[in-house]
Amino acid sequence: MTAVVTPAPSTVDTVARGRVRRAARRRLVITLLALAVLVAFAVTLMVGRTFYPPGDVLRVVLGSDVPGASFTVGTLRLPRAVLAVVAGLSFGLAGVTFQTMLRNPLASPDVIGITSGASAAAAFAIVILGWSGTAVSVTAIVAALGVALLIYMLAFKDGVAGTRLILIGIGVAAMGKSITSYVLSKAGAWDFAEALRWLTGSLNGSTWEATVPALVALLVFGPVLLGQTRNLSALQLGDDTASALGVRVERTRVIAIVAAVALLAFATAACGPIAFVSFLAGPIAARLVGPNGSLLVPAALVGALLVLVADLCGQYAFGTRYPVGVITGVLGAPYLIYLIVRSNRTGGSL
Amino acid sequence: MTSVLATPAPDAAVVRRPGPVRFLWLLVVVGLLVALMALSVAVGSRGVGWSDILAALGGSTDNIGQAAVTKRIPRTVLAVVVGAALGLSGAVMQGVTRNPLADPGVLGINMGASLAVVAGIAWFGLFSATSIVWTAIVGAGVAAVFVYAVGSLGRGGATPLKLALAGAATSAALTSFITAVALPRGDIVENVVSWEIGGVGGATFDGIGTVAPFLLLGLVVSLLSARSLNSLALGDELAAGLGERVALARGVAALGSVLLCGAATAVAGPIGFVGLVVPHLCRLLVGVDHRWLLPFSAIAGACLLTGADVLGRIVARPTELDVGILTAIIGAPFFIAIVRRQKVREL
Amino acid sequence: MTATHSLAAEDLTLAYGERTVIEGLDLLVPPGRITAVVGANACGKSTLLRSMSRLLAPRSGRVLLDGKAVHRLPAKELARTLGLLPQSPIAPEGITVADLVGRGRHPHQRVFSRWSKEDDAAVAAALDATETTPLADRAVDELSGGQRQRVWIAMALAQQTDLLLLDEPTTFLDVAHQIEVLDLLTDLNRTRGTTIVMVLHDLNLAARYADHLVALSGGQIHAAGTPEDVLTEECVRAVFGLDSQVIVDPTSGKPLMLPMGRHHTAPRADVLQSTSGS
Repeated sequence: MTAVVTPAPSTVDTVARGRVRRAARRRLVITLLALAVLVAFAVTLMVGRTFYPPGDVLRVVLGSDVPGASFTVGTLRLPRAVLAVVAGLSFGLAGVTFQTMLRNPLASPDVIGITSGASAAAAFAIVILGWSGTAVSVTAIVAALGVALLIYMLAFKDGVAGTRLILIGIGVAAMGKSITSYVLSKAGAWDFAEALRWLTGSLNGSTWEATVPALVALLVFGPVLLGQTRNLSALQLGDDTASALGVRVERTRVIAIVAAVALLAFATAACGPIAFVSFLAGPIAARLVGPNGSLLVPAALVGALLVLVADLCGQYAFGTRYPVGVITGVLGAPYLIYLIVRSNRTGGSL
Repeated sequence: MTSVLATPAPDAAVVRRPGPVRFLWLLVVVGLLVALMALSVAVGSRGVGWSDILAALGGSTDNIGQAAVTKRIPRTVLAVVVGAALGLSGAVMQGVTRNPLADPGVLGINMGASLAVVAGIAWFGLFSATSIVWTAIVGAGVAAVFVYAVGSLGRGGATPLKLALAGAATSAALTSFITAVALPRGDIVENVVSWEIGGVGGATFDGIGTVAPFLLLGLVVSLLSARSLNSLALGDELAAGLGERVALARGVAALGSVLLCGAATAVAGPIGFVGLVVPHLCRLLVGVDHRWLLPFSAIAGACLLTGADVLGRIVARPTELDVGILTAIIGAPFFIAIVRRQKVREL
Repeated sequence: MTATHSLAAEDLTLAYGERTVIEGLDLLVPPGRITAVVGANACGKSTLLRSMSRLLAPRSGRVLLDGKAVHRLPAKELARTLGLLPQSPIAPEGITVADLVGRGRHPHQRVFSRWSKEDDAAVAAALDATETTPLADRAVDELSGGQRQRVWIAMALAQQTDLLLLDEPTTFLDVAHQIEVLDLLTDLNRTRGTTIVMVLHDLNLAARYADHLVALSGGQIHAAGTPEDVLTEECVRAVFGLDSQVIVDPTSGKPLMLPMGRHHTAPRADVLQSTSGS
């Protein structure tokens, strides 16, 4: 074996071509996903009790006044569709960030209880304290950060072990759910639709008032997370390797956790913990893109697509109008089981 | 050459509790149960005077106070029965799976019972009380087999992590299905919450009577498998070496456990964490011998659920809190504590 | 390329919580040479390596790279001079060899910068040097242990550092692959002048491949110097608590340690006698 300082031109060529090929697949998938999100968004605006053709919808979105359509599309459907996209992007980004950082697909914020903590806090602020708007979002984010910190501290014993963190997260999630139930029971008369929002997530009754904070959070924290893309990729190789590559591991982790939790909390405060979106988005994106670079952007798009499509299905595919969280829950939980079965079979690390 | 092969004698005293101490604990636990039952009849979201309570116990329902107390009697009985069933069921399940995190709630088994009942009512027009119990038990059994099968795939068998994950995933799936099944049905949608969160509020003696035979059978089967659970605790190979028919013993014990938690869920809805917490506490009191552990877990489970129910009536005045919520709030930290105590390798 | 960087530890004390692992240690890594750190289990070999690559902050004392404390240097600047291959790095599921080696370019990239020609060339050079070019498009999961270790070394090479620290690069490898990896590291040292510091389990391989041997014991350096100076019967007894016989390795001319246990250490005639007697 001889060591070579200057590489053979053919090797450089192989490397460059392989990279271009992988990048091309990634770009193609991202483009297709973005198109699909756009189509689903448009369909959400067009379809309903009355159908409006794309032309009308476009004119309403651009601000002109179309009789009938202006109210239905502009006031009723647009906030819902925008919230669906914003929440989907937020859940997808936050979920894949946690999964990448903790190197485990099961470590998504909805499995380890962070989302249910945010949801419990939001429900508490709304039902018990009678708050609304930003105050609710702030309560949710404080609670979610608190839960994240709590799980991390509880899981810390001679270093944080992934398995322990996940199990503790499951326990914390159970607590969060019962606190939500407790809060809802204190409300006296159960408004079932409202209760479902905080238990499984729902886009029913979306308003601009609820959507705007989540949108602003996405615009602020989304780029922060994207800025950490390379550091997160390095973290996948293990803390020691990442550190040896010049990543400031603790700093990266704090930034990523705070940004991801903020995204989650704002989205949860707006539409509840839409079940399993943050868990599903990452693995689905990984399947589509293959191991070709960062999953942040594809996972965000998959999240948005999931929420839009699940909401459309929930509204129109069945006789009853299901909240979006019920649909994603029915889809997501079997996938979770499949993932467990698969990794148990292959003896992979869970 | 002698020092190498010498092994220290196992310290038996650590595992075995002397008999008198156990009897003492038995008295304490039974006494506690009696006290809690009395409290459960006396205390509620409505304050009732002693004279009315005594009159109500005599069968009188002359005023609202007495009527309220009359309703508390079946409720107390139900809490005792369901708590005992869940405590015992959890102890057997932890023995069968040799897994400290096993519990009908954590493993999603009582959610299986819930979904079966909801689906039965919504799709098959299930009506009679007995058929509901049967459905619940079948649902619990299917969920138990499913979760165990998923959790024990692959290397290392049913490790705590795999089993708990399979359980959590299954419960999440089942909860979604319950909502999805119940939502289109205006008539049962109001009750959907009670099928996701258990409580003993709506207790009647009729309901208790319906599940009693199942619970009794489950109780007998479970208690009879105490000896084989002791063998199983040593590992399958060793148990087989001791002459135990491992698969049969495990199947029988699991059947008893499923009967208990299925019937309990049929009458009270899914109540989590009782079956997790109680056996652990009881092991501290009486050690790991299942012949003691099982009956103790039943009594302690009854204490826990009765106590939690009383607490739920006090903290949420003037309304009351479903006992399923409270056991989760109490039980989840306990679950976390158990996880923290385990070595990572064993997870 | 000649390595001019100097790496040294000065009065270094390292601890995990309450437990002190290394106390008041001074070490000078000879530039352009191969240094092997040996010692008993849990004597602080890996801890020392982790601290030299700033993974672990010292309780007191300093690690100096070219006279500057490594824990004060900007992370990326350090990572362009000093690379570390930890004992068990993690390969993300399904990642290809070329992609994994490309991750080694991290310290040379900015947050939103694009992949450059230099990056491609560095990856290609690393693949060529480790003879992993034919594997470039394979998934890392599918490779054998020896191939995987070469890929990880390639990743560290793509980092293009003059100093390379490796924590037990030969564990979990069979003897042929151990030799393969150590030969590769020697090639790197000879052709590029890369300074190599590695923790090794196998005393004899350490003595054969290292120019400079450091024996750790009880959080201190017991002996440091050429293998001939360090690997002696007294040293093995002091560091490992093991009786041994050190002879000259007929293959390499370096010292070779033969352990003396309680069994099978008698001359052959005695062995025959005792087996016939029992």
